[in-house]
Formats: sequence, structure tokens, C-alpha cells
Amino acid sequence: MGILEIKNVNKRFGGLQALGNVNLSVAENTVHAIIGPNGAGKSTLLNCLVGKLIPDTGSVMFDGQSVLGRAPYEINQMGISRVFQTPEIFGDLTVMENMLIPCFAKRDGSFEMNALSTMSKQRDIMEKAEQMLVDMNMADKRHMHAASMSRGDKRRLEIGMCLSQEPRLLLLDEPTAGMARADTNNTIDLLKQIKAERDITIAIIEHDMHVVFSLAERITVLAQGTPLVEDTPEKIKGHPKVREAYLGESA
Amino acid sequence: MLGLTAKDTTLLIIVAVLTLFAPFILNPFPTDSAMAQFNAGYPDLMQRFVIFGIFAIGFNILFGLTGYLSFGHAAFLGVGSYSAVWMMKLLTMNVIPAIVLSVIVAGLFSVVIGYISLRRSGIYFSILTLAFAQMSYNLAYSVLTPVTNGETGLQIALDDPRILDGANAPQYPNLFGTEMNDAVTMALGPWAFTFSVGYYVCAIIMMLAFYLSIRIFRSPFGMMLRAVKSNQQRMNYTGLNTRPYTLAAFVISGMYAGLAGGLMASMDPLAGAERMQWTASGEVVLMTILGGAGTLIGPVVGAGFIKYFENIFSKINDSILHQWFSFMPEGIEDLLVFLVHPFIGKGWHLTLGLLFMLVVIFLPGGLVEGGQRLSRMFGRKAKTSDEKTDGKTSPAE
Ligand SMILES: Nc1ncnc2c1ncn2[C@@H]1O[C@H](COP(=O)(O)OP(=O)(O)OP(=O)(O)O)[C@@H](O)[C@H]1O
Ligand SMILES: [Mg+2]
Repeated sequence: MGILEIKNVNKRFGGLQALGNVNLSVAENTVHAIIGPNGAGKSTLLNCLVGKLIPDTGSVMFDGQSVLGRAPYEINQMGISRVFQTPEIFGDLTVMENMLIPCFAKRDGSFEMNALSTMSKQRDIMEKAEQMLVDMNMADKRHMHAASMSRGDKRRLEIGMCLSQEPRLLLLDEPTAGMARADTNNTIDLLKQIKAERDITIAIIEHDMHVVFSLAERITVLAQGTPLVEDTPEKIKGHPKVREAYLGESA
Repeated sequence: MLGLTAKDTTLLIIVAVLTLFAPFILNPFPTDSAMAQFNAGYPDLMQRFVIFGIFAIGFNILFGLTGYLSFGHAAFLGVGSYSAVWMMKLLTMNVIPAIVLSVIVAGLFSVVIGYISLRRSGIYFSILTLAFAQMSYNLAYSVLTPVTNGETGLQIALDDPRILDGANAPQYPNLFGTEMNDAVTMALGPWAFTFSVGYYVCAIIMMLAFYLSIRIFRSPFGMMLRAVKSNQQRMNYTGLNTRPYTLAAFVISGMYAGLAGGLMASMDPLAGAERMQWTASGEVVLMTILGGAGTLIGPVVGAGFIKYFENIFSKINDSILHQWFSFMPEGIEDLLVFLVHPFIGKGWHLTLGLLFMLVVIFLPGGLVEGGQRLSRMFGRKAKTSDEKTDGKTSPAE
């Protein structure tokens, strides 16, 4: 049994079958890539995992517990963090504050009435956020307004925010889109390092094959809302069905 | 000091000095000079400055931090006033129990209204709060007459029980025997300065309220409220439940409103339904935006500004204008008076409206932003201006 078990998930938008009978199992402590052409339903699938969408049918189990019907914040508190396709950060807050918030959520849960506390009393959280900024190579930007950063930096910040929660399952929706080559490589290294240091399962959606083949241990190919094949990166590379559906080549 | 950074401590000290010396600062003109009508240093008006300051400080905790724009906060002010008057009718004319009760009752009331209204956000939230406030107003005006005394308003009477007060207890609101409207006037040459007990009670409570708001702004909780305004989606997917955060902010600001209402009744023991009307709710929105939503000192500045206009500009009339322009030739004098006339007296709303438009268009951060720009222009370090969390005042998504 994988840490994440998706069974017979269907999702329709009006007349469009966005997800058709998706079955997917993600093994614990692996990096599992989901690839597929634009509009294949990859983001929709993630939305069904984090409580943004509720599938029409099927079940989604995380670590033996159903996530369906739970609010997004509850699912996150179960240990699932997500990086979005378009960066979702706190644009009006500073980079440091962006990093502090997930640290508070991790330590204090979904609500804490600490209206009379001061930041200087939160030594553990300040240190953790500071360390994360250093790890993400963003320490020099700590006082910047998050909204004023480049798209690549916003995305790195978002990845850092998710990592600071020490999630058991990290969902990444095109994490390197819009990043410069150097930042992409940094991100690959960072994810590899995190993976080596602690127990974490990563599900990654990515169009950049360099990223996919650098990180993934398993790959699922999704086309028109249905998984075509699932295999190791080596097998996927040469798979005729994949070349046809995904790379647009006839077999 | 007191858990504040050096900068915030400086701000607090400046505010404290200004409020404590307000009877001097607001009375700069000699009593019988032509300019004396611009003096604002009389107890009644100074009390209004600080009471509405408290109201706006509280409103800013909700609107300035979370971006949720309530159009019904006057309801909490009204509820606070009624509670305070009832306390003074039933228990004692001492203002402490009255103020405590007004905060508690307004808090409970805002839990209910907030719980329901916060199911929606943006404009729908605003409309829900407006509807609740108008409902409260209408109830207070008619259905609840036994509690609110309807149109006449709730007042104290000689035959009220006041079970805690002995036979010789003061008949007016007091603090352990010292009456609120006790005052001493100090004559200094042509100047006269009045120090009233009521004003100083209000002023000290406002400083406490202001201090508390700085603490909330700088706390992790305050940061979460700003995060709500910035990106609720990210909040949710970061494992944070936005509902209790917004509700807590709503209730805190409701309690501030209740405190303001209780103080109002403590200065002048009566409460009427008009205090809950939607125009009163709109006024605190204007104060906050005019001064600078999301800044620490902005709401107080805005409250002072609007109350000054309401009380001073509205008193200028044509004969005063004729005096001012009397050095001009006859025809021009009349013309000037004719031109200025719409903006004074009853026309103060027009002046205020124009000013408000100018501020919103050219100083989206309110008067505080104006102050910051000025001090930057003169190359001095902005000391009184606090750090803006966000200049924009857009409601939350
Ligand atoms: N909320 C929605 N309402 C209606 N249709 C939607 C909605 N979300 C997605 N779709 C449609 O569902 C299909 C799958 O979309 P999805 O975003 O999951 O694709 P994707 O695989 O993530 O593509 P990309 O690689 O471009 O990000 C698309 O045709 C999209 O237009
Ligand atoms: Mg997508």
C-alpha cells in the first residue's frame, strides 16, 4: 500500500471529462512524477488531493485516511503541502513573514490566539524560518515584499514555505516553470538533498524532462484524464504509447 | 519597553504626550481673539476625539489587517451605550462597571453577528454586516422599546434603583466619587485651558486601547490577519483555518466599539438608537480610510480630523465670513462670502467629502502617508509615522 492511494477517481466539468477513472498509488518515500500534455488533467488531480475539488466518484486515501470531505487546512495538517502552478504566496508580506507563517502553522495547528505574544519571543520559529531562507538561498531578500520578487523567486519561496512544514507528502505543480536554468538546477539539488535528509514523499508534475528524469523514481503518464502507463523513468523514455501521446510522435 | 520595539515605544510616547497635553495643544488661540472659534480644547469635543479614536482603532484591527470591511460597527457602539446606561440605572453611577459591561455585551453581540457574516467575504460580508446593523437600529427604535426607550432614548432617572449606590452617592457618572464633568479651568494671560475628569478618563483608556492595538499588530496573530488579507487560499493550503482568525478580529474590534459606546454613555448618560444608524457605521469607515487603514496611528488621526470638521467648520457662519473678508472692497467681500458659503456651516459635509476624495485619490495610504511624504520631503526621519503594512484598502476576497 502506498502512502497515497487514488482509486477510480472521476471528475467532470460540464461536458468535459477532466479525470476518467484515475487509479494511482504513490509509494512512501519515493519521488513520483506525473507527466502529460496540456489539459491532461494533472492539476485537476492535485486539486482533488488537497480539498480544492471534490471528485464525482472514487476515493483518495492518505496514509490510510480519506481526505475527501475535509477542508484544505485539515488536509494540510494531515501532512500534505502543495506548491501551485501559479505561485501562491503572501504578496503583501515580507519574504521572512511568508516563511514564518507555515512554521507557525506547523507548530501551533490551524488556529492560535497569540495576540499578545511578540515575534522576539518566538525564538524557535524565527530560527527555523531563518534557516529555511538560508537553505533556499534567499536570506538577502528577507525584508523584501514578496510580491515584488521575480516569478522564479516567488516559486522558490513557495517551495521553501512548503518544505518548512516538513510535510510527509509534497505536491509540486510545475515547480520550475518560469525559473532560470541555474535556479532550476538549484531546485533539483535542493529537492534531492531534502529527499536524502528526511522521510518525504514527493509527487511532481513537470513539463521539463530534465527535471523529471533527474528526480523521478516512478512516472505516470496522464492523457485526457486517464493514466496511460506507469513505470520507471528508463522504461517510460522508450515507451511507444508515451511517445505517441505525449511527445506527439507516431509509433 | 512594554514588549514594544524602540520605534513603537516612541510612537506610543508621542501619542501619550499629545493626549495628556491636548487641553493646551488644542487651545492655541487666546479666548477672546477672532481665531478662538478654531480652538478645540473644550472637554466635550476632546472627549469625542478620543472616544471616536478608540472606535476607529478597533475598526482598523478588523479592516486594516484582514481587509474585511464591516458596515455595521455602529451597532456595537450602540449596544455598548445601552449596556452602560443600564448599568448606571441598576447598579451604580460609577463608570467602571458600566464600561466593563458595555465591552462584554458588545463582545457577545459581535460573536453572533460575526459568526454569521463571516460565512461570506468581500461585498457580501459588508452587506450582511450592514443588514444586521440596520436591523439592530430598527429593533432599538421600535420593537425593543422596553429596553431601549425607543425614540426618546435611554436615560437615567432619580428613581432608578442603583442598588450599589448609597444615599449620598453622586447623581452623575463618576469614578469612585469624582464626577466625570468635574473640571478646572486655568487662566494663563489671555488663554484659558480646561482640564476635565471625563476627558482624562477617556484619554487614559484610549492610550491603553492604542497600546493594545500596537501589541496586536506586532503579534504573530496580527501577522496572520495580514496574511488573511493577502492570500486566503495560501492560508488554507498552509493548514490555517481563516474563520477563527477573522472572527477573533471581528470580536476584538466589536469590543473596542462597545468600549467607545460605553465611554460615550459614561460622559453623558444617555443612549439613543441613532447611534446605531448606518451613517454612524459609515463614519468610522471614513475615519479609518482618511487617516490610513492598516497603519497604527491613522485611525486616530482620521477620527480627530472628522470630529474637528464636524464641530468647528460647521460653526462658521456668514457673519463670521463677513468679518474675515471685511478688509476687501464691498462687492468682492460679498462675492467671497457667496463663494465660500456652501463649504461652511451645514456645508461642512461638502468640504469633508471633497477632502476625502482628494485623500483617497492622491494619498491612498491616508493622511499618515501624507505625513510621511512631507517629512521625507523635508529630509527628516519620519518619527511619528508608523510603518505601513499596506497602503491599499481593498476588501478581502
Ligand atoms: N474549474 C474548472 N472548470 C472547468 N474546467 C476546468 C476547470 N479546471 C480545469 N478545467 C479543464 O479541465 C482540463 C484539465 O485541466 P488541468 O488544469 O487539470 O490540466 P493540466 O494537465 O494541469 O494542464 P497544464 O499542463 O496546462 O497545466 C482542461 O481542459 C481545463 O480547461
Ligand atoms: Mg496544470
